[in-house]
Amino acid sequence: MLDMTPVKVAERKALRINPCKTCQPVGAMYCALGVRSCMPHSHGSQGCCSYHRTVLSRHFKEPAIASSSSFTEGASVFGGRSNVSTAVKNVFDIYAPDIIAIHTTCLSETIGDDVKSYIMDMEIPEGKQVVHCNTPSYVGSHINGFSNMMMGFMDYLIDPADGSAAGKTALFPGWVNPGDVREIKRIAGLMGAECICFPDHSGVLDAPMTGKYELYPDGGTTLPEIRALGGCSQLIALGEITSAPPAQLLTKKWHVPEVLLPTPVGVAFTDRYILALRQCTKREVPRALEEQRGQLVDLMLDAHAYTSGKTAAIFGDPDIVIGMTSLCLEMGLVPKYVITGTPREEFGVKVNALFDAYHVTGCRAKANADLFELHQWIKNEPVDLLIGSTYGKQIAKAEDIPFVRVGFPVLDRYGGTLLPVVGYVGGIRMAEKITDALMDRRDRDAADEDLEIVM
Amino acid sequence: MDKREKVLERYAARVYKNRKEHLVQIEEGEHPSIAANTRAIPGVMTARGCCYAGCKGVVVGPLKDVCVITHGPIGCGFYSWGTRRNKAKPAEEGGKNFVPYCFSTDMQEPDIVFGGEKKLELAVAEAVEIFAPSCIMICSTCPIGLIGDDVQAVARRAEAKYGIKAIGYSCEGYKGVSQSAGHHIANNGLMRYVIGTGDTAPKTKYSVNILGEYNIGGDGWEEERILKRCGVEVISIFTGDGSVEAIQNAHLAHLNLVMCHRSINYIAEMMKTKYGIDWLKVNFVGVGATCQSLREMAAYFGDEALKARVEAVVADELAAISGDIEYYRSKLTGKVAGIFSGGSRSHHYQALLRDFGVRTVVAGYEFAHRDDYEGRDIIPSIKEDADNKNIETIAVQPDETHYRERYSPEELCGLKEHIELDNYEGMMPDMSAGDVVVDDYNHFETDALLKSVKPDMFFSGIKDKYSIQKAGFTSRQIHSYDYSGPYAGFNGAVNFGRDVTMTLYTNAWGLVVPPWKSAPMLVGTIGGE
Repeated sequence: MLDMTPVKVAERKALRINPCKTCQPVGAMYCALGVRSCMPHSHGSQGCCSYHRTVLSRHFKEPAIASSSSFTEGASVFGGRSNVSTAVKNVFDIYAPDIIAIHTTCLSETIGDDVKSYIMDMEIPEGKQVVHCNTPSYVGSHINGFSNMMMGFMDYLIDPADGSAAGKTALFPGWVNPGDVREIKRIAGLMGAECICFPDHSGVLDAPMTGKYELYPDGGTTLPEIRALGGCSQLIALGEITSAPPAQLLTKKWHVPEVLLPTPVGVAFTDRYILALRQCTKREVPRALEEQRGQLVDLMLDAHAYTSGKTAAIFGDPDIVIGMTSLCLEMGLVPKYVITGTPREEFGVKVNALFDAYHVTGCRAKANADLFELHQWIKNEPVDLLIGSTYGKQIAKAEDIPFVRVGFPVLDRYGGTLLPVVGYVGGIRMAEKITDALMDRRDRDAADEDLEIVM
Repeated sequence: MDKREKVLERYAARVYKNRKEHLVQIEEGEHPSIAANTRAIPGVMTARGCCYAGCKGVVVGPLKDVCVITHGPIGCGFYSWGTRRNKAKPAEEGGKNFVPYCFSTDMQEPDIVFGGEKKLELAVAEAVEIFAPSCIMICSTCPIGLIGDDVQAVARRAEAKYGIKAIGYSCEGYKGVSQSAGHHIANNGLMRYVIGTGDTAPKTKYSVNILGEYNIGGDGWEEERILKRCGVEVISIFTGDGSVEAIQNAHLAHLNLVMCHRSINYIAEMMKTKYGIDWLKVNFVGVGATCQSLREMAAYFGDEALKARVEAVVADELAAISGDIEYYRSKLTGKVAGIFSGGSRSHHYQALLRDFGVRTVVAGYEFAHRDDYEGRDIIPSIKEDADNKNIETIAVQPDETHYRERYSPEELCGLKEHIELDNYEGMMPDMSAGDVVVDDYNHFETDALLKSVKPDMFFSGIKDKYSIQKAGFTSRQIHSYDYSGPYAGFNGAVNFGRDVTMTLYTNAWGLVVPPWKSAPMLVGTIGGE
C-alpha cells in the first residue's frame, strides 16, 4: 500500500498529493442541507453537484439532494444567468422546496457570474426564497464553503425587525455530524437554554427508516428561525475556525454578543461550552451532565495505563482536529503530528497552544498540509495511533498503525454519524475507541505467553 | 394511463416537451426511438456528472503506471480519488501503481488570475523528481479552459525535458453534456499518443484487447481468468488494471472485445480503421451472456480446437456454479427489477438478472447515446448539435505497417450473420412491450417510476441508493456493486445472486414498521368478563 511514497521528504511547492481537504462548494451544500425544506443548488457544471452529492451520501449513508445549473460550453462563455434562472424555476416546480440555496463553483466564479443580480431578476414564487453565497473552489477549503453558506443564509434572511428570538441563544454547531448536533442541543437543553441551532443536520442526514421517502425530512433549521437569528440575546459559536466568520457577522451586523469556542470534544472543551451556557441561562449545571463528565474522567483514569505516552497522528478538518488533539492530551497521549489541509494559520497557533499547555515536546502542527507529507513524517518517525478520516486507512495499512476514524469524510464505516464525538458522551465514545484500538494492537502483538486475560 | 404519462404529467410544459422524448414506453411491434446525449435541463436533478469525470474518473484514472495530475482547484482530484473501485495491482513485484494516489495542482486564486501553467509545470517537475513515472497525464478541470492554460503544451515540454510520455487532456467539466464527452476526449488521447507506440507482439494465435472494462470490483480479473482458460491471450485492458505499457501494444492484438460500448467505441472504431482489427461486442455480465460472448469470440477466430476448448471451459465453469445459481434463482425468480446506470450496465445486467428469473421492466442511462439504446444502425441519422460538435472527432488512416485484415469483406458479412461483429444492437431490442426506458434519468422520475412500477429491486448509483431504500425498495448500487464483486463472468454471477438475495431477504426489512402501528393501545374488557 502506497509503496511509492519515499521516506525522504522533498519540498513541494506545486504538487498536492493525497489531499486533506476538498473544495468550498461541498461545504456549502452540506450547510444548506441543514436548513428545513431547502434545496442546495450548485451553480456550475453537473460534475460538481454529482461529486458533492456522492461524497455526502457516502459519508452519511443518506440521500443528499441538490440541483445543478448544468453549465455547458455556451453557458461558460455567455454566463450562467439563463441556466440558473431555468434551474430555479424547475426546482420550485418539480421539487417544491421552501428555499433554494445557491452556491457558486470555480467555473461560475472564474467567469464572474453575478448571482446576486440574477436572483434579483428571477421570478420567485410567493412565500419562497432564493439565497446564495460565493464559494470559489480555489480559495480555502470545504470549511470556508460551509461558513460562507451560513453567511449567505444570514445575509439574505435575517430580519432585524423580527424580535421573536429575544432571550434565545443562537447556537452554531460548526461542521459536525447529526449525532453531534443532537448532543450539542441536548446539553443546551439540560442547561435550560432555548436555542436556535443553525445549521441543524439532525433529523435530515440521520433521518429514520420508515418505509416512506421524504424529500425534505422533518429536520433542519426553519426559515422563521433563521429570520429571527438577529434578535437572539446571545450567540454560542462552536468551532473556532469554521464558525468564526458567521459568528463575527452575526455580532457585527445584528449586534448579537458572541462567545466563540472550540468544538466541544473532550473534557475541557465541553466544560467551556457548559460554562458558556451557564453564563447565558444563569442555571446550575445539572447532575446528569456532572455525572457524564465524571464518567468520562473516570474512564480516562481507568484506561490511562494503556494510553499514556502513546503517540498519535491526527488529521482532518481544523476544528475537529483541534478537539481531538485536546482529548488525546487529556488521555495522556502525545499528539506528535497534527495536520489539516485547510489553509488557516490560526490552526497551528491553537494546536501549539495545546502542546504548550500540556508540556508535550517534539510535536508538530501544520495547516495546509497533505496526507502524503504526513505519511512521510510517519515513515521517518512512527506513531502508535492514527486518527482521522477514511483516507488514513491507506497510511494505517502501509505502516501497520491502529486507526480511529473521525471527521469528514468517513466513507467506509456505518453508524458513526448518528453518534456524537462531542460532549462528555462523545468523549466517552472516542476514549473507548482510542483505548480499544491501542489495546487490540497490544493483544495482536503479544507473544502467547504475554497475552493478558485481565487488562 | 400508462406508466410513462403518469411520470411526465407532473412536468410543466417546457420540461414536458423535452423529457417526453427521453422517456419511452416500449410498444408491441414497434422499433422505439429515444432522444439522448442532449443537454440536461438545469434544476431537474440529473444524475449526470461532467466531462472531467468521464476522462479522468472513468478512462485514464485506472491506468496504473500513469501519474494522472488533475490541473485545477483541489475538489475534482479529491472526489475522484479511490472512489470508483477500479482495482489495480502492480504489473510485477515492486512495479508502479499510482491508483491509490491523488495528484492535483490545487490551484489557488493567484493561479486563476495570473494563469496556472507555471504551477502545472512545477507540479510535473515535482512528480518526476519524487516518482520517476514513465508517463504523466494531465486532466483539466473547468477553470483551465477559461483562463487558457495550455496543458498540451506543458505535456509536450515535459516529454522533451524528461524523456517520458506526457499527455494533456482538455476535459474541462463544462464540455459536452455529460461524462460521455470525457470518454471521447480520453479515447482520442490514447489513440493519438499511446496505441501503436509499442512493439511487443502477441505470443499466441488468439489474442484480444478488452475495451471498456474498468475492473470495478475485479470484473476484469474474472474475465481475464476465463479467457486465459480458453487459451486466449489478453494483450491489454482499457483501462481497468490497465497500463500504458500494455495498451501501447494493443494494435498488435487479433481482436477487440468491447464491454462498455459507450465509453470506448471510439477506440474500437478507430482501431478498425487504422489497424484493421475487428471488434466484437461482448457481455461478460451474466452466465448465458458470458457463454455466448465466448462462443462468438471462438466463432470469430473460426478454429475448431479453440471452439472445443471454449466448450470445455464453459461446461466446467457451469458445473462449478450451477448449484449456487439454481439456489439463488429459486430465491429470485419471478421478481421484477429496474436498472439505472451510466451507459452500458443497464443492458448488461438484464442478462444476468434473466439468469435468475428476474425481468427488468425499467432501464435507464445517465449518458448513453441513441446507438446504445437503438443500435449502431441509427448512427448516420443522429443529428449533431453544438454541444457534440465541440468534442473533437479524430480521423485516422490505415497504418502502412500494421494494417491487416483477418477476413475479406465477404467473409465478414458471413460472420456478421452469426455474431455481433463491428456492431452493437443496443439495449431496447432486448426489452419487451410495456417496459420503460429512460435517458438522463433524474431524481423525480426515479421516485415517480418506483411508485408506479413498484419493482422488487432497483439498481442505481449512490446518489439514488438511499432514497430508493428509504422508500422501502431493495436498492443496490450498480456502479460500485455496493463494494462487492466481481459480478462479471461465472464466479461474478454467483456473487451477484448472493448479494441481491441477501439484500432482498435481509432481516431488518421486517422491522421497519413498529408493532404499535398495528397493535391496539387500549385493551378493554367487556363488563363482567
